[in-house]
Amino acid sequence: MRPDHFDSWLTVDRRGLYCRPGGFYVDPHGAVERAVISHGHSDHARPGHQHVLATKETLAVMRARLGSPAQRGTQALAYGKGLKIGDVAVTLIPAGHVLGSAQVLIEWKGVRAVVSGDYKRSADPTCPGFEITPCNLFITEATFALPVFQHGNAQDEVTKLLKSVAQFPDRAHAVGVYGLGKCQRLIALLRAAGYDHPIYLHGALQECCDLYESFGVTLGTLKPATGPKRDELTGQIVLAPPSAIADRWSRRLPDPITAFASGWMRVRARARQQGIELPLVISDHADWRELTETIAETGAEEVWVTHGREDALLHHIQSTGKRGRALALIGREDEDQ
Amino acid sequence: MKSFSALLDRLAYTPSRNDKIRLLSDYFANTPDPDRGYALAALTDGLFFRLPLRRILGELIEARVDPVLFGLSRDYVGDTAETIALIWPAEGRGQEPLRLATVVETVQSAHPMEFPSLLTKWLDQLDATERWALLKLLTGALRVGVSARLAKTALAEWSAKPLADIEEVWHGLSPPYLELFAWLSGEGPRPSMEGRAVFRPLMLSHQIEDRELAVIDPADFIAEWKWDGIRVQAAHQAGERRLFSRTGDDISASFPDVVQTLPEGVVLDGELLVMRGYEVAPFNDLQQRVNRKSVTPAMLKSHPAHIRLYDILFEGDEDLRPLPFIERRKRLEAWHQVHAPSRTDVSSIVDFVSIAELEKLWAGARETGIEGLMLKRRDSPYLAGRPKGHWYKWKRAPLLIDAVLMYAQRGSGKRSSYYSDYTFGTWRDGDGGEPELVPVGKSYFGFTDEELKELDRWIRNNTVDSFGPVRQVEPKLVFEVAFDSVHRSTRHKSGVAMRFPRIHRIRWDKPAEEADRLETLTALIVD
Repeated sequence: MRPDHFDSWLTVDRRGLYCRPGGFYVDPHGAVERAVISHGHSDHARPGHQHVLATKETLAVMRARLGSPAQRGTQALAYGKGLKIGDVAVTLIPAGHVLGSAQVLIEWKGVRAVVSGDYKRSADPTCPGFEITPCNLFITEATFALPVFQHGNAQDEVTKLLKSVAQFPDRAHAVGVYGLGKCQRLIALLRAAGYDHPIYLHGALQECCDLYESFGVTLGTLKPATGPKRDELTGQIVLAPPSAIADRWSRRLPDPITAFASGWMRVRARARQQGIELPLVISDHADWRELTETIAETGAEEVWVTHGREDALLHHIQSTGKRGRALALIGREDEDQ
Repeated sequence: MKSFSALLDRLAYTPSRNDKIRLLSDYFANTPDPDRGYALAALTDGLFFRLPLRRILGELIEARVDPVLFGLSRDYVGDTAETIALIWPAEGRGQEPLRLATVVETVQSAHPMEFPSLLTKWLDQLDATERWALLKLLTGALRVGVSARLAKTALAEWSAKPLADIEEVWHGLSPPYLELFAWLSGEGPRPSMEGRAVFRPLMLSHQIEDRELAVIDPADFIAEWKWDGIRVQAAHQAGERRLFSRTGDDISASFPDVVQTLPEGVVLDGELLVMRGYEVAPFNDLQQRVNRKSVTPAMLKSHPAHIRLYDILFEGDEDLRPLPFIERRKRLEAWHQVHAPSRTDVSSIVDFVSIAELEKLWAGARETGIEGLMLKRRDSPYLAGRPKGHWYKWKRAPLLIDAVLMYAQRGSGKRSSYYSDYTFGTWRDGDGGEPELVPVGKSYFGFTDEELKELDRWIRNNTVDSFGPVRQVEPKLVFEVAFDSVHRSTRHKSGVAMRFPRIHRIRWDKPAEEADRLETLTALIVD
C-alpha cells in the first residue's frame, strides 16, 4: 500500500468501495463487518452490516426504513468531527443531498480522499449545504453527468406548479416525489412560495416527513391523502411515490394532473414515457456544471466516478488533464432520489 | 418568448383536448398584441421561415460544445433541436425579455447572412424552455398536438363568439391577426369578408338512429350516396382559388388539379376523391395525396383528384345558403351544366319511394367508394355546424372480425392508470406451420368505462411481459373488432391496415383459437 497510489489502499470488490488501512467499506452493496454510510437512500444504506458509522440523521433514517441500521453497533458522527479508525481519520462533511447526507473524508498518511456520496450544490432548506473539501482523490457520483442537465432554479418549478393549480382549480395535482428528501424539499419550497394549504400525502411518505420534523425541519400542515372524500382533494396538491401517481392508487383523486419532481424531467422523452403532464425539474443531485465545478474546486489530481453517466464525465476529466477512472459499482440505481 | 414557451411546453405534455383549450384561452386572454397573434399563426401553421436552420445550428454548436459530449447528449435526449436547447451554454439572465413578435418580425426581414449572429444572440439570452420553443418556431413545425380547429375553438371559448363566425373570417386575415383580436376582445368590428374566397363553415349531418328512420316521411327527404373521401369546400372568389377541408384548413396546395379548373364566382361543397376514369379509388389512395404538402407531377398522374359536388353556397355574389336544399340542388345542376369544370361531377340522387326500398339499397352498397347513404331534408337551408333534424348519414354496417388481444398500453390523461390502448392480432401459420398471432390493428375506444375497468383488471392478471408502458398479455381474450374497411399496407407486419377499428364487443366467452385468421381479413380488401 502506498498513499499516493490510491488504488493500493482504496479498492473495489463486489461488495463496494473498501478502505484497506481502515478496514471499512463506504456505502457497500453487500453486508459487511464495518460500513460508513453517506446517506439513507436504499441504494447506499443497505441492511445487514455488523457496524455502521453515519450521521445521527442518517442512522435515524436507517432505523425508520430498515428497522435496525446494524446487527451489532452503530456510531453517530457529527459533521466536521474527525474520528480515528486505526491510522485512518474519517470526517463526515455536509453533502447537501438529503437530511443527514455526508461526504466521507478519509485521511491516511497525509493523503486526502473524499467520497462524495450523492450531492448537490444548489440551496435546500431541509439540509445543510455542500461544503468543498480540498483533497487529492475525489470520488464523485455522476447521476446527471451530461451537459444537457442544468437543473435551474427549483423555486421557478414550484411557481409553475402553483400556476397550474390556479389554472385548473377543479382538479387535483398528483406530484410524484421520492420519499426521502425530494418530498420534504418540495414541501419546504411550496411553503417558501407562500403556499399554506394542507399538503396531502400518500401513506408511504408520512414517516420520513415526521422524521424531518423531529430534526427541526418545519413542513406545515400535512394530511393523509387516503381517507378524505374525493371532493376535499379538488384543487389540492397531493404528493405520492412516483410508482403510485400513474397507477391505480391515483384513481381515488379527482381528475388528477400528474406531475413529477425529478432532474430527469429536463428531458422530454423521459417525461413523456412516464405519461407525466407537468414535469418539474427539481433534483437533489448535482447537475453538469455543479459536477465539473466541484471537481475543479476540490483541487483533486485524480477523480473516480462511481455511478451514472460516467462516459461523459470521464471525457471531461481527462480533457482537463486529470486522471479519471470509472468504478462501476454494482447495485447503484439510476434514480434521482 | 417566456409565456409562449411556457404555453408550448404545457401543450406538449397535455393530452386532454379540454385542458389544451383552457391553456390556449388563458394565453390569448393574458398576452398582448401582436405576440398572441403570432403565437396563433405559429400554432395554426401560418408562419413560414426560409432559413437553413440545421446547417446554422450545426456550425454554432460545434464552436461551443465538445463534439464527444454533444454526441453522448444527443444519444441520450434523442432529438437534436432539444439537445441544442438544453446544452447551450448560456445564462439567460440580465437582458431585456425577448418578445415573440420581435423574433418573428426580425427573422422575416433579416438578411440570411445575419441569421447566425441573431440566433446566437437569442439563444444566449433565453432559458432552456425558451430556446426549445424558439427552435421549434423556426423549424415551422410545433407538433404540440394543436390543430387549427382546436386553436379556433379556444378563441371561441375565450371570446364567447361562435366558432362558425371565427372560421368564416379566418382565411381573410393574416398574422398577427390584429383585426381578429380587436373584434374578439370587443374592441373592434367584425372583420368584413364580403366577396372574399374565405371558408364558410360546413353543414354537417347526424348519424341516423333506428327510431328516427322509422318515423321520417320519405316525401320530405332526398337520398344521395355518401362517398368515401374527404368533405371539402371549393371556392373561387375575388380572384382567389381555395380548397378547404371540413375544419377550414386550406389544402389548395396539395390539390392543384381540382383547384385550377374552378371558374370565378362560386363556392361549392363536395367530396374530394381520387378517381381513375369513372372509378372511385380506395380511400387509401386519397390519403397518400393528403399527406403531401406539395404534389409531384407523377402523383398528379397516378392519383388524380376529383370533386363530387353535393351543394352550392354562393353563385357570383349571391348567397344561396338561405334557400331550401331542393332549390340549391337545381342551381348546382344548372351551374354545372354551364361551366362543367373538368375533374368535377354532381353527386347523383338515389331514387326511392319507401324506407324499406332505401334499406335494401343501403344493405347492398358494398361498392368501393361508398360509405353509406345521406338523407337530406328537401327544405333545409345550408346551416353551419350540425343542426338537428336536417341531414342524416346512414353509414353502411361495419365489417367485423374476431381478433385476439396481444398487447395493452397505458392511456393518457384520465386513463393514465388504465391499460386502455389495445393491439390485437389474428392467426396465421408460422414458419414451422404452428399457428401464430400477427398484430392487425390497434384501438382505444368502443368499450364502456365499466368494461375498461374489467379489461384493466384482466390485463394486470394476465401479463406475461412488460416494456415500459406496454404489457404483453396471454393470448386468451377475444375482441369482436368493428371497422369500416381494410387496405393493403407495407408498413405493417401483417400487410393490412384497418380503417377506424373499434372494440365492438368483448368476447369473454370465446376461446382464442376460434378467433379469425389473417386470410379472413385480407379477403375483405377492396383495391
